[in-house]
Amino acid sequence: MNEIQFLTWVRSTGLNIALGLFVLGMLWRLIEIYSLGRKQDMAPARSAAGASGWHTIFRRSLPPQGMMKSSPISYIGGYIFHVGLFVVVFFLAQHIKLVDSLLGISWPNLPAQVIDTVAVVTLAAMVLILADRINKPVKRFLSTFGDYLAWLLTFLPVLTGYLAVKHMVLPYTTMLALHILSVELLLVALPFTKLIHVFTLIGSRWYNGDISGKRGVPV
Amino acid sequence: MTASLQKGINALKEVIDAPIASFFSSCVHCGLCAEACLFYTETGDPRYTPIHKLEPLKRVYKQEYTLLGRLAKMAGLSKPVTDEELESWSELVYDSCTMCGRCSMVCPVGNDLTYMIRKFREGMAVSGHAPQGIINATKRTVEEGGPMGLKWPAVQNVIKHQQEDSGLYIPVDQAGVDYLVLMSSMEIVNYPEYLGSLAKIFSKAGITWTLSSEAIEATNAGIQIGASDLAREIVSRIVNAAEKLRVKNVLSPECGHAYMAIRWEGPNLMGRPFKFEVVHVLELLDELRSKGVLKMKDKLKTPVTLHDPCQIVRRGGVLNAPETLLKEVVVEFRPMTDSNKWNWCCGGGGGASAIHEPEAEELRFKAFKRKKTQLEETGVNTMVTFCANCRITLEEGIDHYEMNTQLIGLTELLAEHLED
Repeated sequence: MNEIQFLTWVRSTGLNIALGLFVLGMLWRLIEIYSLGRKQDMAPARSAAGASGWHTIFRRSLPPQGMMKSSPISYIGGYIFHVGLFVVVFFLAQHIKLVDSLLGISWPNLPAQVIDTVAVVTLAAMVLILADRINKPVKRFLSTFGDYLAWLLTFLPVLTGYLAVKHMVLPYTTMLALHILSVELLLVALPFTKLIHVFTLIGSRWYNGDISGKRGVPV
Repeated sequence: MTASLQKGINALKEVIDAPIASFFSSCVHCGLCAEACLFYTETGDPRYTPIHKLEPLKRVYKQEYTLLGRLAKMAGLSKPVTDEELESWSELVYDSCTMCGRCSMVCPVGNDLTYMIRKFREGMAVSGHAPQGIINATKRTVEEGGPMGLKWPAVQNVIKHQQEDSGLYIPVDQAGVDYLVLMSSMEIVNYPEYLGSLAKIFSKAGITWTLSSEAIEATNAGIQIGASDLAREIVSRIVNAAEKLRVKNVLSPECGHAYMAIRWEGPNLMGRPFKFEVVHVLELLDELRSKGVLKMKDKLKTPVTLHDPCQIVRRGGVLNAPETLLKEVVVEFRPMTDSNKWNWCCGGGGGASAIHEPEAEELRFKAFKRKKTQLEETGVNTMVTFCANCRITLEEGIDHYEMNTQLIGLTELLAEHLED
């Protein structure tokens, strides 16, 4: 298989397999989780302003009291790489074109230089987060193979994407194919690793906010 | 597999629900929950990271309720939960967790870790891995009526003394009244003045009330140990007594987990809503204050700070009444740096204070350093609180570190300064 065939495969068969597994995997996991249900709360609820599942979905995106001070790398690094990923994924011209060709919808892109900078900053933040995971006793203690795998699966698409755009290390065609392949691996792994938090954190925050909200405590 | 382990695993399978599945699936191992846990912050030991305390429950969840986990279990890639493992986890689930709920407030993906610890204890209790101290307290509550083995004649004695001291009649088993008053054994023994104080306040407010000879004890060791069947039996005494006497309300004492047991867990343990309302004593006092019934003749001159009991404030939702009431009765109130729903636990909640093994006690003293620091930052020597269990734990810590701190119960303080 030469690089053109490789690129063709990841763009057609590979993409179809990855998207299929992602969609089915996500559906399976979400049903597996949320169909477990929960018992109805018999205690009469107390109501208080700002205390509900919906409030917590949004409120928990901000660092709770005292947490920024105790874990600055987790919060600052975490914000940078999450926002960075979002910007790179959704505002690179090539990505928007891809969505346009598949779904027929588009939106304005950010200039290539801006995306370049954001990609580099995102990669740097991710390296920092990894170093923090290895360095901090609690994080190192909790870390499993799955944590490092999830990190790698998130890091590779950004790295290969950046290198492809910059025509670095490998020929563009090969690097682009590797980039698409790395995204496909990410998609397949997402439902079955901690990366699923992208979706389930909405449910988790809602439950948490709801449990405390019924007692009148905004959390 | 032993029969008790099988029972334990079954109990865990039974408690796992959609919230728990969602929480475990969402965890990214960021470890931020450790920063909210006083057992971690005061020891620096990563084993005390709250999410780690749930590891066996997480494995049972994966092995029983996820496709990949079931496959891994069949292939022998995921090791089953054993008796030895649960035994070694007892320290993490009981000694070093007071179910204070602070970790649940900080988890970035929103996991309610405390909710999971409470459920995990169900499996720990039936598989025989709960600490002896809490087992004994639960046994005494079921067999003798209270965790301290206090019998009704002893309570009658306290009632008699408080009647003499206050000069007020303390009604027992009176039907159709506004409030059935509950207490905790610890209050009856150590702070019996609480009863006299209440008599005074009720008489001023013109509220009818009663004690019940069948249900005086409000605490529920069953929920601390994590045995729902025992917890149900204990709570049903109160429910039966209250419904038999046809009272409109049941008044929970200051005691934090008593409030949790009757107000929030109670109806769920009984599987139905109650025919009466459950009111925390400070909610009632605050209502009386807002109606102008609760007036103070003078104020405490010494500057004070306030320790907010977790189960009443953060986990119980009585957020504003304590501070409002305190300000009525003191000249100067200096809140702690982390206060109200952000307060740090005394270190002895969730049954921890009933564990008397030396290692557990030593750990409690270490955890108390958080409260010590908070207290020292305020620069005052008087701490007010409103939970008999917090108070005992705080007193032990204060003695241990030979601190010059005076502790006062909020209800008593109010009663003492009440207009005659």
